Amino acid sequence: MTDVPPPYSAVTRHAVFPEPDHDEKARFNFLANFNRYLSGTIGAGNRLAYDTRVLPAFRAEHGRDPADRFEIRHAMNRDPWHRFWSALKRNSMEMRQQNGRAMVLRQLDELDAKARQFNEGRDTLQLDPAMSPPRYQAAVDIHCMPGSYHGEERPGDVSAGANYDCGIFATTAGGLGALSDGGGQALVEWVRRERPGWEPRRILDIGCTVGHNAVPLALAFPQSEVIAIDTAAPVLRYGHARARALGARNITFAQANAEDLSRFPDAHFDWVQTTMFLHETSGKALPRILGELTRVLAPGGLALHLEQPQYSDEMPLYEQFIRDWDAFNNNEPFWSAMHALDLKELMVASGLPRESLFVTGVKAVVDPEVFPEAGKGAEDHGRAAAWHAYGAWKPAA
Amino acid sequence: MNDLDWIARAGAKAKGKRPAYFDDPALDRMLSILLAVAGEVSVLRERLDTVERLLDAKGTVSRADIESYEPDRAAAAERGLLAKAYIARIMRGVQQDMEAMAKAEPPVEEVSRTLRDT
Repeated sequence: MTDVPPPYSAVTRHAVFPEPDHDEKARFNFLANFNRYLSGTIGAGNRLAYDTRVLPAFRAEHGRDPADRFEIRHAMNRDPWHRFWSALKRNSMEMRQQNGRAMVLRQLDELDAKARQFNEGRDTLQLDPAMSPPRYQAAVDIHCMPGSYHGEERPGDVSAGANYDCGIFATTAGGLGALSDGGGQALVEWVRRERPGWEPRRILDIGCTVGHNAVPLALAFPQSEVIAIDTAAPVLRYGHARARALGARNITFAQANAEDLSRFPDAHFDWVQTTMFLHETSGKALPRILGELTRVLAPGGLALHLEQPQYSDEMPLYEQFIRDWDAFNNNEPFWSAMHALDLKELMVASGLPRESLFVTGVKAVVDPEVFPEAGKGAEDHGRAAAWHAYGAWKPAA
Repeated sequence: MNDLDWIARAGAKAKGKRPAYFDDPALDRMLSILLAVAGEVSVLRERLDTVERLLDAKGTVSRADIESYEPDRAAAAERGLLAKAYIARIMRGVQQDMEAMAKAEPPVEEVSRTLRDT
C-alpha cells in the first residue's frame, strides 16, 4: 500500500563504500521519492501536454504531424508544463551529484586509504597513466557528474567511483538493488537459464565503470577469468577495491580503450559484454568497438549488449522523444543518435552472421522483499531497470 | 577532515551547457534554490522522526544514536510515506496543472454568468 522506495539504509555498505551520516541518507531518501514522483505520479503530464495542446498546435501551424522526435522535442520545449517538469528533473539530477559528492569528498582521505588497502601491489588493477579520456567521454560530463568518470579531485583518488556508486540508489529509486548490481545479476540469471552448465573461460566487460555488472559474473563463474576495462582510472581504482571487498578474486580491472583491443589475441574470450555502455561512445567509435569485440570473441562464444530499447519505425515518435530526455537534459550526447542506429546491422557489419543474432528482454534482479521489481509502476525512461539485450552466439568454427 | 574544500567541490558545475528551462534565467535559479530547500525540509523531518522514534524506544537521545539509527522495515515504510505525502503537498500546483490539461474547463466567470442567466 505504501509504494515507497526502500530506505537508503538498505543499500549495502561494502568495505569501500562511503559512510553516510543521518542527513546524507535522508537527502538520498528525498531524491529517491522525488524521482519516483516525477516519473510515476506526474510523468504522464508530458503525454497529456503533447496530446491536448502541443500536437494540436503543431498541426495547426504546420498542417501535418511531427516528422521525427526532434520536431516533437522542439515543440514540447515550448510547453510550460513540460518545461517545468524538465526543470524539476534536471535539478533532481544535479542535487544527486552535489549530495553524493559532498558525502564522498568530506571523507575522501578515508576512502582513498581504504581503496589503497585493496589495490596496492595487486596486478589485478592495471592502470595506464598515458591514457587520456576519449573525445566522447571528455566532450561533456556524462549524467551531469562533475568530472565525469575520469575526473580527480587530487591525483590517484577514487572520488568519481565512490560518487557514482553511492548515488545510483537515488537515481533509480532503488531499482538496481542493494549493490546497484541488478543488471549484472540479471545477466547471470539469463545465461544460466539460456545455457545451463555453461562455464565461460574468459569474460570481457567493457565500459565497466565501478564493476557493478562485472562482479556478479566473476562471483557466479569463479573458474572464469573476468577482464573489466574502462578508459577512466578513478572508477577502476574504486571498482577494483570494491570487487576485492566483495570477495571477487578472478577479475582484473584494466584501463583500456575498447576501440583497440590489440592487447588480446583473436578468439580470446568466450563472452564479451557491455551493459548500458554503447550509448556513451560515438558514431565512429561504436563500429570500431563492435569490430574488436567480434574479433576477440571465440567461436561458440556470446556477445551481449544491454541497452534501453533502440528506436525503430515501429516505436511511436512520442515514445522516442520521451526516451530521448536524458540525451539533451542529462548530458548523454550520443544517446539519441545511438538509439536510432540498428544495433543488429552494426553487429552484422562487425562480422557476426545475421542468423546468430537475437534480441531479448532482461530485467534487473533484486531482492524483491526490499527493492522494487522492474516493470512495476510507471517507467522512468532512460534509467528503467529493464533492458533490451542485443546478442549473438558466434557460430562454432 | 581533509584539506580538500569539499563543500565547494561538491557543488562543482558539470561540463556541458545547462539548458534554459524558463525565459527568465532568474526562474531557473529560483527553482534550484526552492528544490534544495524542499529537500532540506524533508531531511529535517526525517531527522525529527528519528528523534521521536529513539525517544519512544529509549526515553533519551544522543547525536551518536541519531547518526547510527537504521529504521526497520515498518519504520522505513512509514518514513517513506511521510516523504511521499510531503512531496505531494509541495508539488500540488504542478500536479493540478497536469489534471487541468486532461479536461478543458470554462472560466468560473463564464459559469457564473450562465448560472445568473439560466
